[in-house]
Amino acid sequence: MLNRDEDILQAAENWQKAGHGVALATVVETWGSAPRPAGSSLVINDDGTFLGSVSGGCVEGAVVTEALDVIASGKPKMLEFGVADETAWNVGLSCGGTIRVFVEKVGQS
Amino acid sequence: MKLETLTQVNAERAARRPVIVVTDVANGDQRLVKAKDIATDPLSAELSKQLRMGKSGTIESGGKKLFLNVYAPTARLVIVGAVHISQALAPLARSLDYDVTVVDPRTAFASPERFPDVPLIAEWPDVALPPLNVDHYTAFVAVTHDPKIDDPALLHAFERDCFYIGALGSRKTHAKRAERLKAQGASDADIARIHAPIGLSIGAVSPSEIAVAIMAEITAELRLPKEGEKQTAKVQAA
Repeated sequence: MLNRDEDILQAAENWQKAGHGVALATVVETWGSAPRPAGSSLVINDDGTFLGSVSGGCVEGAVVTEALDVIASGKPKMLEFGVADETAWNVGLSCGGTIRVFVEKVGQS
Repeated sequence: MKLETLTQVNAERAARRPVIVVTDVANGDQRLVKAKDIATDPLSAELSKQLRMGKSGTIESGGKKLFLNVYAPTARLVIVGAVHISQALAPLARSLDYDVTVVDPRTAFASPERFPDVPLIAEWPDVALPPLNVDHYTAFVAVTHDPKIDDPALLHAFERDCFYIGALGSRKTHAKRAERLKAQGASDADIARIHAPIGLSIGAVSPSEIAVAIMAEITAELRLPKEGEKQTAKVQAA
């Protein structure tokens, strides 16, 4: 069941083993009314294909873009989205919450 | 995340064993803690608390911000007895995210008309239960009122270390049941694990209200700290 993150992490493993570059984005902190709790995750491969969610769809596009960078560089990143953040306004959370999303490459040594 | 870590996380989850990934979010350093290693881990108190709540979260430890990502198995509910209470209990448990299975060898009770969308097994417990792989993350209730069905089911639940075991029946009925189960090899500790009369005491009358009382009791068993754990948490707080 996708909403239980099970197939998501299995997909990450399968993609990686099939030779894809893969990143894992995980909600690590939330403030206010965040749409998805800490631990929710999104996996992204180097095609830009993704599974799962870190919000109700509000910031996934931006996370995917950052994830492609992380796949290329291999360096983890912390992203923050919320109404208080100027740069995040365009892709902000309409519900008024703030979330921090940790993005890491799968298969880093 | 190392591929090796991810592979291990997936293997533990497939085996329905809890696992926690601890990430230092400043640099991405990561380690995996399996359920069996939590007690001896330096972060044991924090890890067991997060696991009990089934919640991931960020903590501060030794000047570091650590993200604890908790992967707990989906809780299951096995209901032995396709009775009126079960018709209320099954949908309620599903709304609380339990995977529900109903077992009753009496086909008149275990009918899809009475239990739409719920996996039903119209077999005796000795046939129905072993393939279900009942485990610690399973709440187990026996509500047929028929010792021929409830007793073997309860014996199976003892063996599998279910986190919650409940059985329908008054104190008098339960005392007789305890005698029968002991005669079949159950220990006093096993008997003590049965919640009977089943459900929190909220004056429940209708099947739906009894279902609420049962799910409230199961939730408490799942989420409230155990005695030993409570003390550790207090020491930590002080």
